[in-house]
Order: sequence, then structure tokens, then C-alpha cells
Amino acid sequence: MDTTRLIIVAVGGQGNLLASRVIGEAALIADVPVRMSEIHGMAQRGGVVESAIVFGDASSTVISDGEADVLLGFEPSETLRALNKCNANTVVITSLALLSPFTVTTGSSVYPSLSVLQALIRQKTAKLIAFDAAALATEAGNVLSVNMVLLGALIQTGTVPLQVENVKEAIMNKTSKTFVESNLKAFELGFSVAKELG
Amino acid sequence: MHKLLTEHPGLKMLLLGNEAIARGAIEAGVAVATTYPGTPSSEISTNFFQISRESDLYFEYSTNEKVALEVAAATANSGVRSMCVMKHVGMNVAADVFMTLAYIGVKGGLVIVTADDPYMFSSQNEQDNRYYSKFAGIPMVEPSSVQEAKDMVAYAFNLSEKLQQPVIFRTTTRINHSNAAVVIGKIKEPETRGDISKDPFNHVPVPAVARKLHAKLLSKLGEAEKISEDSEHNFIIGNGAWGIICNGVSYNYVSDAVKDLNIENRVKILRIGFSYPMPRAMIKRFLQECEKVLVVEEGEPFMEETVKVLAQEEKLTLSIMGKSKKFFSRLYEFDPALVRQSIADYFDVACSPAKVPDLSDIPEIPQRPPNLCAGCPHRATFYAVKKASEGMDTICPTDIGCYTLGFLPPLAMGDFLICMGASAGTSCGFSKVTGKKVISFIGDSTFFHSGISGLINAVFNNHDFTMVILDNGTTAMTGLQPNPGVYMKKLNLDVYGKVSIQKVVRAVGVSHVTVIRPYRVKKSVDAIKEALHYKGVSVVISEEACTLYARSLKKARGKPFFVSDKCKGHKDCINEIACPAFFIKNKRVEIDPDLCTGCTVCAQICPEHAILPIRNI
Ligand code: SF4
Repeated sequence: MDTTRLIIVAVGGQGNLLASRVIGEAALIADVPVRMSEIHGMAQRGGVVESAIVFGDASSTVISDGEADVLLGFEPSETLRALNKCNANTVVITSLALLSPFTVTTGSSVYPSLSVLQALIRQKTAKLIAFDAAALATEAGNVLSVNMVLLGALIQTGTVPLQVENVKEAIMNKTSKTFVESNLKAFELGFSVAKELG
Repeated sequence: MHKLLTEHPGLKMLLLGNEAIARGAIEAGVAVATTYPGTPSSEISTNFFQISRESDLYFEYSTNEKVALEVAAATANSGVRSMCVMKHVGMNVAADVFMTLAYIGVKGGLVIVTADDPYMFSSQNEQDNRYYSKFAGIPMVEPSSVQEAKDMVAYAFNLSEKLQQPVIFRTTTRINHSNAAVVIGKIKEPETRGDISKDPFNHVPVPAVARKLHAKLLSKLGEAEKISEDSEHNFIIGNGAWGIICNGVSYNYVSDAVKDLNIENRVKILRIGFSYPMPRAMIKRFLQECEKVLVVEEGEPFMEETVKVLAQEEKLTLSIMGKSKKFFSRLYEFDPALVRQSIADYFDVACSPAKVPDLSDIPEIPQRPPNLCAGCPHRATFYAVKKASEGMDTICPTDIGCYTLGFLPPLAMGDFLICMGASAGTSCGFSKVTGKKVISFIGDSTFFHSGISGLINAVFNNHDFTMVILDNGTTAMTGLQPNPGVYMKKLNLDVYGKVSIQKVVRAVGVSHVTVIRPYRVKKSVDAIKEALHYKGVSVVISEEACTLYARSLKKARGKPFFVSDKCKGHKDCINEIACPAFFIKNKRVEIDPDLCTGCTVCAQICPEHAILPIRNI
């Protein structure tokens, strides 16, 4: 089986670890070999969190620079920061809802303009799907379901070897009972928006 | 039921490396597990803690790694299978026990997990703990994958019992924090009771006994080497004339690289999983069959040095390469592309690296350093100390925990850090020779871990500094583990005692002790000022629950605040305390109500009294 490499970047607390967990479970259900690595600890106090997910016949759980097939970004400036993981064939999916880093609040740095940011990503990769995932999460009834919205968009692009049913089953099994409904709704909303934009 | 207690052998589960290790221990019939938490090892113990509440497993969070290993050394010497878990630097703390336990040995299996952290994702150094194994003469195994991490635990227990020696189970972050599908096996019923025979001439290493025990250790090491020669964890794949010797995660990068470079029929890979003692005869045979050999290992040239010695013994002159400017560094961790390129360069085969897009026109992206949580009581304490020490020439040794982050501006509280507990000892030294006011910071868990001895030293040797104990009622950094100061009955866990920090501090002879509530800013500043002016050792205990912990217990009480139009834009709130709940929108200061915990610190320092609770709108 071919190898597909997916990088997820987020800000600590955005729920990317749960997103990778769901992806992993979905792969298990679909009987697709999967390996993932993530960074815990200090990085979680509001810092950048990165997960690497490798599907198919490879042993490594780490993704080198330039070797991601897909980049899923939970926050636009973090997506931009992770461009070193991409190449000209990479598909990039990002939320445009920004979480202003504290260095911007204190005035020691400036947040890049979102239009410039999108133009740059478009120019350097194969495809960019960008939308406000936070707005869709709110629409789904749970602001914290940004991760599920993005998961929906990811699956719609067909860039990873998982089917909608696999992921939905994993969401039902692995996310908190109280949120299953809003999570599934969020997944659907992300899926539809990627279809429109794709 | 805890998922790691699932019975169905053959079932495939998605497990984190650390969960796989815990499961491996359960399958091996572990009866006692001890730890001091530390990333990247922590989740092994989190799982043991939960499992112990619904099974016969005895688990404890010990006060530090030394104590953890002592407890496990005793239970293992009573014939009970035991595991002791720590991060790499924890081994330094446990080393005193470890080095002599090697002489005494064990009766029941004892597996010591040490989780190394190449690249220092969450550590203060990247020491290579494989040397501990060589240092003490204790066998070591190292898994390469999550599945193997589970499977190797039972192997390590059996090995330990066979040799009557502890065994080191050495991992790196990329094993601990990787997820993969794992096929689970059968659970062995643990033997929870044991006994130790009175046998002082083997158990009490006074010099005459120790001399005999050292000889015994060396003979066991010889036996271990024989087992290593035939171990299923040391194996050769392929039969080309180019040799690669590798261990741990490097094996994955090598396997992928050899496939990607299409040189599978030219390469022979020796994967070392039983890595001390190394299988010397096996390696010699391997070398004899190779034209040239590349050693791929993160960290220090641990295997490389031995391989070169063995080549010399065999009078072989083939090229053996490992750590060098051109190939592998002793710094940081490896990745697939780096290993692929080095293999291609060394064996001179074509390799087309992935093309990273030209990023020179990317605007500067704002940094996102980790920060103390919104409402974190440490921020309030640091602010109060800063105010109280205004105008003083200070040195602030700090310690290991979330509060280490206080060294960042604008709080800038943290001038020196070495290891767990060192703030206390280093304060003694700084105060002696600099003549400056020394103020040290230490968390509650770190204080119990190894701060107490430094404080006793300070009292005895009559040093002059102020120790600020940041008591947030948990071990926050590693994931909210309990410590001896935590009132466990509140968590409905009634088999625990409780140690009062205040009583300890008074009992060791500190005469100036103050307890503050850091969210009361003015009172805290005044109390700290007084402590700072005291000549001798003074201690300030700052008591307030970690906000993350309070939230997890659903005990957070504050209501969020907002910035009213009284704000004149001084931005003291942002510039002095840097709480991440603040942001700027249309040039106005605002508070994110989802992040604000209502700690009220900013409201107390705002010169315009512009920050108000939301309910007052
Ligand atoms: S986890 Fe607790 S102690 Fe750590 S930064 Fe957050 S609030 Fe502070």
C-alpha cells in the first residue's frame, strides 16, 4: 500500500490530539496501517502542537521537511509556519479563524494578513482549502468542535485513505457521548464546505 | 473497565507507546509499579494509577525517583514482579540505588523504564541513558515500535528473573508518544505477596560482601551476553554487503530509507534490541560479512564505540562510520530524510530529497512560546514578588515545573535552573558569594521531590535567602499527578496521608514563614516584602490551586471579567502580567471570556479600575 503522510498543526488546547486519535481509530476500523506521533508536555501550555500521521507501508512515525502529502492546520499562522513540511504536491487545508499569539498582543510582532497568507500557501503547494472552522463549529452547536469540522474537510478531499463511515464510527466510539451529535454535525459541515471550495 | 485490562488476546487496539508499555506490564503480571512523573514517561503511570484502582496492582507516586526505585527494589527482592518508571533525568536521582542494586540483584522481575528525550521536547538535557546500563552492568532492551514496546516488557521481566538482575527498558520520546495498532496478548495473574529470606551475606553490601557481589555481577553480565547473542530482539535482515547497525526508532528510519533508495538487495541490517551487553560474537560475524558499515543511533556513539572495538579485536579494517560531521550528529533526534540522505551518501547511491518550497518570501510569523495558563496562580505570585522586590538587586534561582515559564518576560522571574530541587541548594551558593538578595522559586511537588534537603542545608549552614514555594496542590506540568501535599480524601481516595508543607518548613527550623493567597495582590506584596527583609532563611508559601486542575475538578469559581470603557490604554495588564486571556481588537484591550478564570489579579493592578466582572454590566 502507498504511503500517505499527514501533518496536523494546532495551538495547544484546540483538540488536535483528539482529532488524531479519531483518525487513528478510523484507520484501525478500515484496516489501514497507521502510525502517528505527537508532542506532549511543555508544548501544550498554549504553544504549538504537532501530530504526524503516516498511513500505509512505512515504519517511521515522523515526517521530515518537504514530505507531507497533506497539511491540516487548525490556525492560519500555524499552517503557514508548517509550510516547510510541504512540497509542490501537498494539499493544504486550514481554518482561517485566528488565535492571536501573545507576542502580537504585546505588540512585539505582527500577525500576517490572511489574504497574503493564503496567496503564499496557494502559490507554494498544490491546493489550498481555507475557511473559518470556528464559525462552523459554533453552527454545529459546540465551539470546541473545530477539530471535527476540519476532519470533515480532510476526509472530503479524499487525500487520506479513510472513508466517511470509518471516521463517523470512530467519532461515535471515541468522542464524549455528550458531544457525539454536535461532533457529527461539525464533521458534516466541514465536509460540505470542503466540497463547495474544492 | 480500564481499556488496558481488556482480556481478548489477539484484539487489535490503537495504543500510545506509553499505554503499550503499561499493557505489556499487565500482561507480564506486574504486581507493583512506582514512579515519579516526568515527560515523556508520564502516561505509563497515569494508566497504572487508574488500573490500580480496579485491580490487584499496587501503584504509587513516590516522592522522587530514588524512593521509587527503593520501593521497587524491595518488592522485587521479595519476589514480586515490579516496575519502576521515570524520565531520563530521573535516573540521575535514582542512580545511587541503581548502582548498588546491581550488586544485590533481585528475586522477582524488576524492570526500570527510562524515557529519554532526544531534542529535549520537554527536558533540560538530552543525556543518553544507555550509558547507565553499561555503568552499572545492568542489561538493557530498547523497542523500535509501539507493538514491540508492549511485547518487550514481558521479555524484560523474564530476563530479569532469569539473571536475577534488574533490567533497563529504555525508550525515547518517539516511542512513548507514538500511536499504533497493537495486538494484545494474554494477561498473567500477578503474584502480589512475597518475602525476603534473611541472607545478609548477599543483601548487605558491607565491603567484604560487596567485593564478592561485584564478582557475581560480572559473571551475570557474561551470562547476559550469551542470552543477548541468541535474543530474538537482535536480528539481521537482508544479505547485501553493505551493513547498517541500528537501534530504537532509527531502525524504522533505516528500514524506510533502504526501501525508498531501492537498495534492499545490497544492504544487511542488524537491529539491536537487546543493547547491553551487546551480542559481541554476532556483531563480529556481521562485520566479517560486510564491506563497510554505518551505525545509525540517536544520541551518543554507544554502539559505534563497541562495534569499532570488536572490529579491532578481529583485525578488520573495513570502514565503520557513525557520529561524524558528515553523517550523524550527537545532537537532537533523527528523522527519515536525514537518515535516508546519510545512507545514500555513505554507500554512494542516488537520492533525490523532497523539495521544500522556497520560503524566503514568507513574512515573519509571530512566535507562539508556551505561556502560563490564563489565571495561573504562579503569574500572580511572580507579579507580587516582582513588586515586592522592586529596587532590590536580586538573583532568582528557579526550579522544574510549569512555573519555569516565569523566566520569560515580562515576569522575568527565573535566573538559574539546573534540575529538580536545585533552586534550594543553588540559592545557598548565590547568597554566600554575590551579596545580592536571592529569591528562589520551587513548586510543591518539586519541594517534596528534593527541595527539602536544600532547605535543611540552608537552615543548618545559616544561609540568607527567601524561598517562595508555589503550592498549587498538584504536579501540573506532567499532567496533574498527586504529591504528598495533596489532600487525597477530597478526591475520594482515602488510603493516603497528607504532609503539610508549612509544618515541614517550620519543623526544619525556618523561623520566618508566611502563607499568602496570591490572588490578593496587595496583601501578598506586603507579606513578601517583609520576608525579603528578614535576615536568614525565610519561606513564603503561596497557596492557590492550579487553574487547570481546578477546572478539571469543576472547582473553578471565578466569573470572567471584561475591560470597560474606563480603560485609558495603559496596558499594564498586558505589559506587566501577560495573561493570555488579553488580546487587542481595534486598538482596544479586551479579555477572552472563555479563557478568563476570574482570578481578579489584573483588576487589582489596573490603575483606572477599568476591569470589571461581567455580571456587573
Ligand atoms: S497547568 Fe496549572 S500550574 Fe501549569 S500553567 Fe496552567 S494553571 Fe499554571
